[in-house]
Amino acid sequence: MSIKNEILKIEHLHKAFGENVILKDFDLSVKSGEVIVIIGPSGCGKSTLLRCINGLEDIQSGKIYVDEQPVIQGSKDLYEIRQKIGMVFQSYDLFPHMTVLQNITLAPMKVQKRKKEKVEKEAIELLSRVGLADKKDSFPRQLSGGQKQRVAIVRALCMHPEIMLFDEVTAALDPEMVHEVLQTMLELAQSGKTMLIVTHEMSFARAIADRILFLDEGELIEEAPPEEFFTSPKTDRAKKFLQTFEYSKK
Amino acid sequence: MNWNVIREYLPLYIEALGLTVKIGWLGIILSIALGLVCALILYFKVPLLQVIIKIYIELFRNTPLLVQLFFLYFGLPKLGIRITAQTCGILGLTLIGGSYMTETFRSGLSAIDSIQSESALSLGMKKHQVFFYVILPQAISISIPGFMANIIFLLKETSVFSAISLMDLMFTAKDLIGLEYKTIEALFLLVVFYLIMLLPVSLLGTYIERRVRYAAYGD
Amino acid sequence: MQLMGIELLLKGNNFLRMLSGLWVAVRISLVSVILSIGLGLIVGALMTVQNKVIKTVMRLYLEIVRIMPQMVLLFIVYFGTTRVFGINIEAELSAIIVFTFWGTAEMGDLVRGALISIPRHQYESAEALGLSKLQTYLYVILPQTLRRLIPLSINLITRMIKTTSLVMMIGIVEVLKVTQQIIEANRRTSPNAAFGMFATVFMMYFIVCWPISLLSKHLEKRWSDR
Repeated sequence: MSIKNEILKIEHLHKAFGENVILKDFDLSVKSGEVIVIIGPSGCGKSTLLRCINGLEDIQSGKIYVDEQPVIQGSKDLYEIRQKIGMVFQSYDLFPHMTVLQNITLAPMKVQKRKKEKVEKEAIELLSRVGLADKKDSFPRQLSGGQKQRVAIVRALCMHPEIMLFDEVTAALDPEMVHEVLQTMLELAQSGKTMLIVTHEMSFARAIADRILFLDEGELIEEAPPEEFFTSPKTDRAKKFLQTFEYSKK
Repeated sequence: MNWNVIREYLPLYIEALGLTVKIGWLGIILSIALGLVCALILYFKVPLLQVIIKIYIELFRNTPLLVQLFFLYFGLPKLGIRITAQTCGILGLTLIGGSYMTETFRSGLSAIDSIQSESALSLGMKKHQVFFYVILPQAISISIPGFMANIIFLLKETSVFSAISLMDLMFTAKDLIGLEYKTIEALFLLVVFYLIMLLPVSLLGTYIERRVRYAAYGD
Repeated sequence: MQLMGIELLLKGNNFLRMLSGLWVAVRISLVSVILSIGLGLIVGALMTVQNKVIKTVMRLYLEIVRIMPQMVLLFIVYFGTTRVFGINIEAELSAIIVFTFWGTAEMGDLVRGALISIPRHQYESAEALGLSKLQTYLYVILPQTLRRLIPLSINLITRMIKTTSLVMMIGIVEVLKVTQQIIEANRRTSPNAAFGMFATVFMMYFIVCWPISLLSKHLEKRWSDR
């Protein structure tokens, strides 16, 4: 097994809701340790892409492989594959009736049948790494938005996933909370985690990404290293999109 | 008001309260059980059964308990199904209560955001694990204020039991008024005994509602 | 005849008698609902008043209605007033008094709920636009409140109709009583009539109440997504 083996492979993915085509003939290959940021206007299909990878959406045609196993909706293997994928959503995905610690340990204990003491020990370790060890017995509603998202990241990490998916995790946060969450993600990237990130935070994308994918209307328009993409985008659509983040007096 | 009359009739009322409480709470417990089962069938969209349950709910939510009791108590025996007045009372309360409890619990289940089950699924949980660890506990706690309101409603509904000649509080009061002309005393005792039966439940309900509304999880 | 009582419906003017019995209950509920909605608007507004005395009185009123079965209230008004005040209130009037007393509290609570559900910023932004207090209520608050209230008050009608079945217990001849009389009068020729006849009453109530609940549900759904 080489260090840079392929962890995620998508071939000719086609996804539609009825008449409405979301993703057209989409291809992607992600190597272990890569950090990929997907950007594009709202409705371009980037969130749907993450949901397809996790088997939360059915697909019309094409193939998705995670660690060489095909992702097929309704198959028994899906539960096993999902353990290899950690996903963090926009918001409200912590279980409100459980403490932080219970949120994190539930799946490792019930799905992976790991020992409670060991899981708790690991959970507390991960929590202290994101500066939240003292919150382990708090309930989600007692946490700030930024803290909730960091717990959600820890919850996903505790399953030892091969790849982490982030679906606009800071979009619902107050501006002052955004930084702490992005910082956590940066540290995660530095530790060598494979990550697939959907975000609107451009300077963050530039700092964290190995590769930028630009999607528009369900198609991959441009793919480039971050410096290249942000300084000299090749396509008009990408140029136009990047201009929407700039302001000037007319 | 004649206190001697009250002292004299107190035992009768206590006996009647016992009967009302017994029938009332048996009916309530059974209706919660029935409601949970029906709501689960609706939630998992069990074929055929869910249609039957939907019809049952509409029928019993849109008719008065008194009419249901008349049908059960006077109508069913004509088909050869003979039940005692007590069984009939419990059955009637369970059926009407079950339809209300189902609605309450169903709306509790549907109040849970889909992101909850999605994030649980993305952690690799199986569907039944998602339901028992994530959806069900939240749905039950959301439904508790509704359950309390239903319980109070059902306890009040027990007041029609005298129509099928159960010797409950209303029956006792009516006897005292009709046969002995002790109207004031009869009504006084009636109010006092219903207060005894309902005030604690009502206070508990208000307390729980406040807790659920303001504190949710975590205090 | 082994039709379980259905044959009695066609005998003489039995069915018509049952319908007019049902109308007695429906008539009492309609009068009570109309009175309740009118009075409930006032009571609901009173409930939001910050005056301690009014608040306490309203709480007490709500609590009485919440706890006391309508049957008990009916007994108090129907039997009690005669004894205490020496006035003999007719059964139908006492029913209307009791159901209005109950309905007003229910309606008032709905109105209160609707009023406090309008977020503060609605008032504030209306004022910021320079609308007067009256204009704010008229153009901003009231339309939003009504959208919440109308489905709920329609729902109150079905609850009222179901509750009026109780009036037979204070001797009003409504559909259940009429049906009992018909069954009694024909017990020789149709000994099993109770099954079909009470099933008919059951369905009569259902046919009256179901469309009203459907309408209320429909409006609630349609108006909930603003």
